[in-house]
Amino acid sequence: MSTQPDKTVQPAPVETVNIEVDGIAMNVPKNSMIIEATDKSGISIPRFCYHSKLSIAANCRMCLVDVEKAPKPMPACATPVMDGMKVYTQSRRALDAQHGVMEFLLINHPLDCPICDQGGECELQDMAVGYGRSVSRFSERKRVVADHDIGPLVQTDMTRCIQCTRCVRFLDEIAGTNELGMFGRGDRATIGTCLEQGIDSELSGNVIDLCPVGALTNKPFRFSARAWELTARPSLGVHDGVGSALWYHTRRGRIMRAVPRENESTNETWLSDRDRYSHFGLNHNDRVLEPMLKVDGEWQNVSWDEGVQAAADALRGTVAEHGSGQLGVLMTPAASTEEYYLAQRMTRGLDCPNIDHRLRQQDFSDDGTQSASMGFQGSMDAIDQADVVLLIGSNIREEAPILGQRVRKAWRAGASVAALNPVDWNFHFDLKYRNISAPQNMVSELALIAAAVATASGQNLPAELRVAGAEKVPDSGHQSLASLLISEGNKMLILGQVSLAHHQSAWLRQLSSWIAGVTGSELNIVAPGGNAVGAAKAGAIPVHGAGGSEVDRGLDCRSMLNNPLKGYLLWDFEPDHDTSNPALSMASLGAAGTVVAVASFAGESLRACADVILPLAPAAESQGLYYTLDGQSFMVEPAGRVAGQARPGWKILRRLGAHLELDGFDQVDLASIRREMLDDIGDAENGSTAAELAQLDEPVQESGLHRIGDVAMYGVDALCRRSEFLQSTVQAQNDFVGLNPEDAASLGLVDGQDARLRQADTQITLTVRVRNELPVGGVWLKSATAISGLMGDSFAAISVEAV
Amino acid sequence: MGHKADFVAGKKALLHTETCASIDHWMAKFPPQHRRSAIIQALMAAQDQNGGWLSPDLINAVANYMDLPPVWANEVVSFYSMFDTRPVGRHKVNICTNISCWLNGADAIVSQVESKLGIRMGETTADERITLVVEEECLAACCGAPMMTVDGHYHENLDQNKIDTILDGLE
Repeated sequence: MSTQPDKTVQPAPVETVNIEVDGIAMNVPKNSMIIEATDKSGISIPRFCYHSKLSIAANCRMCLVDVEKAPKPMPACATPVMDGMKVYTQSRRALDAQHGVMEFLLINHPLDCPICDQGGECELQDMAVGYGRSVSRFSERKRVVADHDIGPLVQTDMTRCIQCTRCVRFLDEIAGTNELGMFGRGDRATIGTCLEQGIDSELSGNVIDLCPVGALTNKPFRFSARAWELTARPSLGVHDGVGSALWYHTRRGRIMRAVPRENESTNETWLSDRDRYSHFGLNHNDRVLEPMLKVDGEWQNVSWDEGVQAAADALRGTVAEHGSGQLGVLMTPAASTEEYYLAQRMTRGLDCPNIDHRLRQQDFSDDGTQSASMGFQGSMDAIDQADVVLLIGSNIREEAPILGQRVRKAWRAGASVAALNPVDWNFHFDLKYRNISAPQNMVSELALIAAAVATASGQNLPAELRVAGAEKVPDSGHQSLASLLISEGNKMLILGQVSLAHHQSAWLRQLSSWIAGVTGSELNIVAPGGNAVGAAKAGAIPVHGAGGSEVDRGLDCRSMLNNPLKGYLLWDFEPDHDTSNPALSMASLGAAGTVVAVASFAGESLRACADVILPLAPAAESQGLYYTLDGQSFMVEPAGRVAGQARPGWKILRRLGAHLELDGFDQVDLASIRREMLDDIGDAENGSTAAELAQLDEPVQESGLHRIGDVAMYGVDALCRRSEFLQSTVQAQNDFVGLNPEDAASLGLVDGQDARLRQADTQITLTVRVRNELPVGGVWLKSATAISGLMGDSFAAISVEAV
Repeated sequence: MGHKADFVAGKKALLHTETCASIDHWMAKFPPQHRRSAIIQALMAAQDQNGGWLSPDLINAVANYMDLPPVWANEVVSFYSMFDTRPVGRHKVNICTNISCWLNGADAIVSQVESKLGIRMGETTADERITLVVEEECLAACCGAPMMTVDGHYHENLDQNKIDTILDGLE
């Protein structure tokens, strides 16, 4: 089930021509290639190098077809259609050509399919059966190509390569990292990287799907199963809000690998490495397999009855003893919508208003206004057609690799991309306007952009958005960005996770929202987690209930932790990794009387602070409804068999609710819960009745060093952190503190030296890296890593000194 | 060009001023988005500054200077036989062994030169005087076959004496 956003833009009519393929008349767009016409009408033409999403190389020659009046067979992938063209794909000449090409391709290809990981799902193998000879006439020596290690995710076996260059073109065009190339020439040409470099693209796994032979295969999966033993089960990637459609390939209930499932409105045909390799963490030792109870400081496995009883007693006890305001419910932003819905019903059923899922946010001062709503105003696929994209506090490549790829696509089509960021991240698109400002300066810089927009558009900046005491006036940079933003065309602001986690994020949201409104741009917020939009819809937020219904306003995530409550319910997250302030979270949870955790994984931190842990089935083993950032909804059904005694979240909540003797927990199946939920959510836009802007406190101009604590790409949730393969990538090597050369010099620090970092009453020692991409006043220490789990706020003052 | 490869950063400092001027000259002939087209001449200039061969760092320096992915420069170097990736002698001798020259006795000339210099094709003399470039293909001088080039200069209608004179004349 999915809802499509309105498509208001009608595509321009295309000119067409009439052609005939194998006697079938077709009307196809002018200048398209023969293979596009045949693919659309279901006529099969063999191919290796052609891929509809990549540029045309025409170097495998497998798609040769017979074109009337042409002197020789033509490659269908590179021959444009012409009016009156007659194509024969099955004529003697076409088949002879295809047989000939196949024989040449097999000359240097090993004929040992039984020992190849691709065997059974290999395009070359399939084609060889269809077009090859049954016995090879080639008795000479075949060539051998040396392999080298290109990283923990993709395995090479380059002797099998047929030089189709799909992988090279993918990394050049889609991923934008240009990490592979074809070296040498003729029969000695090989695909490789330069200087023994690896492939570090965040989309690298896609070369595995593109490779038509066994030259590039899935390294962690290698030799662990055969294609014909696997069952493909549809599922969804939940590590970002893109809702990437994927297949989990399972064998006897165990998930063996993930491959993309085509969906043009979300992930097209691609899959990020995060969604592809995270499932390898499912069977980590930290996985909670049975309900656990802490008795005298020791963990004991208990039955579900005892576990649920203990959890219900703890929740009921907290409310009865200390009042309903003393309970706090904190949830991961990646739970299913039904889980959010039942959790808020349970929480509010206990008369407790405190429920939130925005774990990494610290500034909630605009809560209850429109600007606080999450998600996209436009649709994700509209990014492709954007003319102007302004990134505000977003490393989009890491936050949502698929959206990063879409921004790159827009840039390749001529879009102007601009950024206001605390780090000059290595994007795979060029920036027309680049404003690298330390976090403490981001609000004033955005205010200057807003002021420039106000001047350029002749609008007045509302009083709520005036930053008093700002002596600065917009410079030519701000003005040129403003003129980009007021130009004609499709414009969008992408507000990223840095802005959301920022200590003045309300200011950033309100200013962005005003700029978007005045300039007629879409405001697209890349909220963290796989279902932040669903959480808001279902009411797992302190300001409104399901569907935006009015409720008693509760405490937001930060307030629940700032003033320790007596009891907490933690839903599937780790307090030292998944909150904006790990030190504060651990202290507050440690001080609480009772902490109930429902989680798939329990590491040290959760075991330290929880009193009851109930095993939760993760999305891959569970079912539920997930909303993408742009509001499309997708059903997830279990792909893998549930490990141990784990249960889907909705069952756990239903039992908890029943034990607490609350109303509305007597459903027998998920479908009835979903029906109630969808009735409640209705069509209401969240917060649509709310005021547009909140009057915010004047931003304090701070001096000194400020931490830039963006989330480590493979640290976004407990599952990613437990995938050993993701953790061995370069993206996961974050144990360093980055400093601008100027700051490093004034602190007397050089690259490679150790420095002591302090935040509030926490301190750690880390190696310094002097980086030009950092602004003066910014200290780069990523969040969601083991070492930063000992620190305070991801965006806040920090002090650095030489050891 | 989008994404930047870290390992080439700053490598352009290896290029001499004249090399950079030459690269600029060639890049100016193409629109900025098609500057890739200048890569062969750019690499040639870099090879000239380095005594006739390109080190991995120098190839990356060219990519860095032209703001192109390093893979593109490395691909070009690996494709063309005019680029050497190992140290070479002061003079490069390319004997054509393609069809016209071959029919006119190129094989005999190759073996004569090999025994005269005491090296095989693809090797450099111990005194670093001469490098015999391996497997040179047609140099478009079939009318004067057999032929060879020495440091880019054409020598046609070769015979034993002529070769001795030419090679002995090299410093």
